[in-house]
Amino acid sequence: MEKVTGQKILNGIAIGKILYYVKAQGNAEKRTISDTEAEVARFEAAKETAQEQLQVIYEKALAEQGEETAQLFEVHSMLLDDDDYKDAILAKINEDKVNAEYAVAATGEEFAEMFASMEDEYFQARSADIKDISTRVVNVLSGVQDMSDLAEPCILVAVDLAPSETVQMDTSKLLAFVTKEGSTSSHTAILARNMGIPALIKTPIDESWNGKLGIVDGASQTLIIDPDEATLADYQAKQAKEQAEKALLQELKGKETVTKAGRHVKLFANIGSVADMEVAKRNDAEGIGLFRSEFLYLNSSDFPTEEEQFQAYKAVAEGMEGKQVVIRTLDLGADKQVDYFNLGNEANPALGYRAIRICLEQPEIFKTQLRALLRASAYGNIAIMYPMITSVEEVRDIKEIVAEVMAELDGEGVAYNKDVKQGIMIETPASVLISDLLAKEVDFFSMGTNDLTQYTLAVDRQNNKLDRFYKPHHEAIKRAIKMVCDNAHAAGIWAGICGELGADPEMTEFFLTCGVDELSVASGMILPLRKKIRESEIG
Amino acid sequence: MKSFEYTIKDEIGIHARPAGMLNKEAKKYSSAVTITRADNGKTADVKKLMMLLALGVKCNDTITVSAEGEDEEAAAAGLEEFFKANL
Repeated sequence: MEKVTGQKILNGIAIGKILYYVKAQGNAEKRTISDTEAEVARFEAAKETAQEQLQVIYEKALAEQGEETAQLFEVHSMLLDDDDYKDAILAKINEDKVNAEYAVAATGEEFAEMFASMEDEYFQARSADIKDISTRVVNVLSGVQDMSDLAEPCILVAVDLAPSETVQMDTSKLLAFVTKEGSTSSHTAILARNMGIPALIKTPIDESWNGKLGIVDGASQTLIIDPDEATLADYQAKQAKEQAEKALLQELKGKETVTKAGRHVKLFANIGSVADMEVAKRNDAEGIGLFRSEFLYLNSSDFPTEEEQFQAYKAVAEGMEGKQVVIRTLDLGADKQVDYFNLGNEANPALGYRAIRICLEQPEIFKTQLRALLRASAYGNIAIMYPMITSVEEVRDIKEIVAEVMAELDGEGVAYNKDVKQGIMIETPASVLISDLLAKEVDFFSMGTNDLTQYTLAVDRQNNKLDRFYKPHHEAIKRAIKMVCDNAHAAGIWAGICGELGADPEMTEFFLTCGVDELSVASGMILPLRKKIRESEIG
Repeated sequence: MKSFEYTIKDEIGIHARPAGMLNKEAKKYSSAVTITRADNGKTADVKKLMMLLALGVKCNDTITVSAEGEDEEAAAAGLEEFFKANL
């Protein structure tokens, strides 16, 4: 067994026979010629044939991979028509009296060199295109057939792959690409992404691997050659799991989250950054149930500005295209500390100066965030959620500050959604016990079961010694959830769960019987839960 | 001569595909069409695809597009529209 590492383009596992691919390379050795006119004619004819080939590839790519990929081959054909390129080739034939193969190859090298020396990675990668078109003409001139019938499914290992090579392959037989060269902006990388197969670049390769069994693991960026039995079994199991997940995605994407008896549940995603949104969308999240705004504060050495916050909220509001995005106002303190807040040491930080308490004590920090949130509400379906609520007074104080901020924005003529939905986290026993009163003040509840469990059971989450006492399935927690749902529904508002318990498949049936309206979970749990809910009989 | 300034919005810049389209567009006119980068003063003939690509125009770069010849008015107007729609 041998193992090498590279740089991944795409995650995923592929297991199969390695095909070490050697490029078709026509002979471009330098020869002196005397009949320059005949040599120019040879070049012109070869160029025309190359362009005819490119037309065929263009049509294949158009049918199989879409216009974007296809147009690259049209560009290749246009590059062959480029005056500077052609002039350089003709000059070599006419003045240096060299054969057309050499003239084309040498010119290709010169132009490729020009791109390779550019600063930007994208433009550097274009040198591969120039080499590719030149090789095509040389191959026509020297009668070499390029490509490559893949007889059986394989992991393709090569120094580099030109886009024209990958597109001509029977892609249904390609399990993965591994190349020694290439960059993340190379066409090979783009094609691997389009085809959705694992790929590694910048990986050491060896011709002796040809025909051996290989495993490509995108996640760990490794290629394993000749795996031992245990490794192979391990990866086969992983691959089976991956395929099951993929199948689930195929099966459930776009489907409704509804029980057999017709009860709908909103399946939302928890995210902690703008980048997480893409993962949520890939997993078919019906909205964002918890966007933790802390990342803006934790990744910063000073208070994030209104503009920075606005851009992040707006990006998610727009990215979710009208689906609801619940953004939680800052929830720092306790286990999430930031130097510039100067929160100080506390004997009981979980019971201390944190979350909404900071916001109410330092309203200037809170107002900056509210302004950013309200401004972003003009760009999508944003809802605002306040953490760590324990009393009705807190909610009224918050509303007063929100009203002040809205008046400011009105005064400045800044657009925002005047009807923006506002809700609270239910994560303290106090808020559970007065949820009937709180329900009259807000538009929704979202239960933060992690803190709710710690506070209800009086068990510090950070203390490992207490693990046996931390019981999220405790009857007290279940009663709390039931009570919150009942009080929410009596007041005509919705109640959801955004804590880890929400993703616990053992609890799904219980949540359905309580009438939980929304579950906001880690993106990877959305489809498994959708499956679970669709199988339920609860109405 | 007719010219206009434009700031590139495309994420990658004048990359292969739009360069090809731009090259085609410019060839519709008899006027000579050039692009000059504001940051380093380098110029390329838009009708020469290799050089156009090698100019390495990136996102947020400001360029001046100039047309000179009989149909320069139409060329400048047509190209400006092309840039707005594609780059």
